[in-house]
Amino acid sequence: MMLAATPVVVPLATAVLTALAASRPRLQRAVSAAGAVCFLLCGMWLVARTAGGDPVRTVFGDWPAPFGIEFVIDRLGAALILVTALMGAATLLFQASDADPAPRSPYLLPMMHGLLAGVGASFATADLFNLYVWFELMLVTSVGLLAVGGAARQLDATLKYLVLSLVGTLLLLTGVALLYGATGHVNFEALRAASITPVVTILVGLVALAFLVKAGAFPLFAWLPASYPTLPAPLLALFAGLLTKVGAYAVLRLLGDVFRGAPPVLYESLGWVAAATMLVGVAGAACQWDLRRILAFHIISQIGYILLAIALGTEAGDTAAIFYTLHHIVVKANLCLIAGMVWRMTGSYDLRRIGGLAAAKPALAAVFLVPALSLVGVPPLSGFWAKLLVLRGCLEAGRFTWLALALAVSFATLYSMLKIWIEAFWKPHPQAHWAPPRDTHLAPAWVATVGLALITLGIGLFPGVLIDYAAAAAAALGRGR
Amino acid sequence: MIWAVAIAVGVVSAAGVYLALSRDLFRCIVGVSILGAAAGLLVFAAGRLASRTPPILIPGPPGSLRPDGALQAVGQDALGLAANPLPQALVLTAIVIGFALTCFSLVLVVRIVQKLGADEARDLRLSEAEDGGDGAP
Repeated sequence: MMLAATPVVVPLATAVLTALAASRPRLQRAVSAAGAVCFLLCGMWLVARTAGGDPVRTVFGDWPAPFGIEFVIDRLGAALILVTALMGAATLLFQASDADPAPRSPYLLPMMHGLLAGVGASFATADLFNLYVWFELMLVTSVGLLAVGGAARQLDATLKYLVLSLVGTLLLLTGVALLYGATGHVNFEALRAASITPVVTILVGLVALAFLVKAGAFPLFAWLPASYPTLPAPLLALFAGLLTKVGAYAVLRLLGDVFRGAPPVLYESLGWVAAATMLVGVAGAACQWDLRRILAFHIISQIGYILLAIALGTEAGDTAAIFYTLHHIVVKANLCLIAGMVWRMTGSYDLRRIGGLAAAKPALAAVFLVPALSLVGVPPLSGFWAKLLVLRGCLEAGRFTWLALALAVSFATLYSMLKIWIEAFWKPHPQAHWAPPRDTHLAPAWVATVGLALITLGIGLFPGVLIDYAAAAAAALGRGR
Repeated sequence: MIWAVAIAVGVVSAAGVYLALSRDLFRCIVGVSILGAAAGLLVFAAGRLASRTPPILIPGPPGSLRPDGALQAVGQDALGLAANPLPQALVLTAIVIGFALTCFSLVLVVRIVQKLGADEARDLRLSEAEDGGDGAP
């Protein structure tokens, strides 16, 4: 059964086909759109197939179980793959508008689909070394996408991203190698059966550290605000939505599933790292004026919430982490896309130079408010339920310091979102005779952002469906340990 | 043998870290790729080092290679002292990826030097401008 391989086969095939069609832009776009729709359908199929609780699995090359590379897609993986495909479709749609699109390079679409393949495969694989390979695929395609514009500041950003990410992946490689040396396995199923000796504990910590670099956690997040703000809007949305969340997912898979019940010191340290991540991210955002920089720092602070939920080490915590990740991918990507539309209307990302959008474009203001308030956690939007689950998890685990910190960071997030609201939308434009441009081509951007905002609203109004799903996915983690 | 490899890993990673911390961009890239070599050595050392027996099974009676448990028994007898092929495969994968990334980063540094005329990390402040960004797309 090759269904488990579709999250990598479909986007990778699309990447190859779009690369072959590089000299014919129209054909290339058609192939890319078809591939994105196909990926989306595969995601839905996977969610439907795994909803009963039986994971979809494939072992490549007919090797017996712990020796071959295995793909296992459970409910957690299937939901994340579906959201990945959704993000791919939304950003590709947005790219058709003129709101800060990525430069029309013939290699843009192959790299975007390559990135989706890396993300999708990371959610599907059940093999630690294989996960490292997919991290490298994500790295290769994302540095390509960072550099594709070719401007000096983008090349600068690419170098910083590349060097710091390379150190992270080398750390991962080292951790995987030593873990293999200590246990004799890289397969998740076999690692679940391995006993957690003190040496294994240290090595699990090392691998988790490497994942934390990818997730952008304190103190290893320096690459994120240095590189993300140079990206064009659709790519920023794709990166902001997916890449750091792969790191957070990997931490969940490691500490919440494969090595569940590892010594408490790991969870304790992760919890404090998460608290520092939340605080630093939100404090970093408070002193920024560039819309994209504010959003970049908020990725860091929101990753803190997800890590905090994982650090609780309880089933309620894992449920919160899963719900939070799914909700956050949609919200964050949508905010980045809306930032692109703000740029198109006002001509700048700098909040000090723009304004007057609430009067000139009330519809855009309304669409902005949905993800912005959801990020803060205002009911009845999806972020409210996500934060409620995290807070309830903290309460049940008796972690009152973490609970207080999470609440405080929530208020600070409100400050940042209000700042964007007041500066970009509410205050009058600094130039008295400013009027939004008329010759815009924003229809695809509207479809993408309104669609994502509706998903946020839908999760907020009917949270039970997703909470039940997340709880079922969390309950299945750590089986067999 | 294992001590020789351990010392080699230590020396190579020290050299890599030293170069990677340099402000000169080319040195930094070379340092990171040397770090990659150290990680490769470490992966290699995670298997069995000293064995010179090839990990190849001579087929026994028909059916003994089937995955119904027979493989394990034959494998433990025949392969207990053989060289471990898995870390070697992992190392090859890591080397190939590392090579591609090193090539990319060298080209990237050349482009940066051409565009900015600078190969010092201190001069690269474009993506993190002091005033918090100029709002350019």
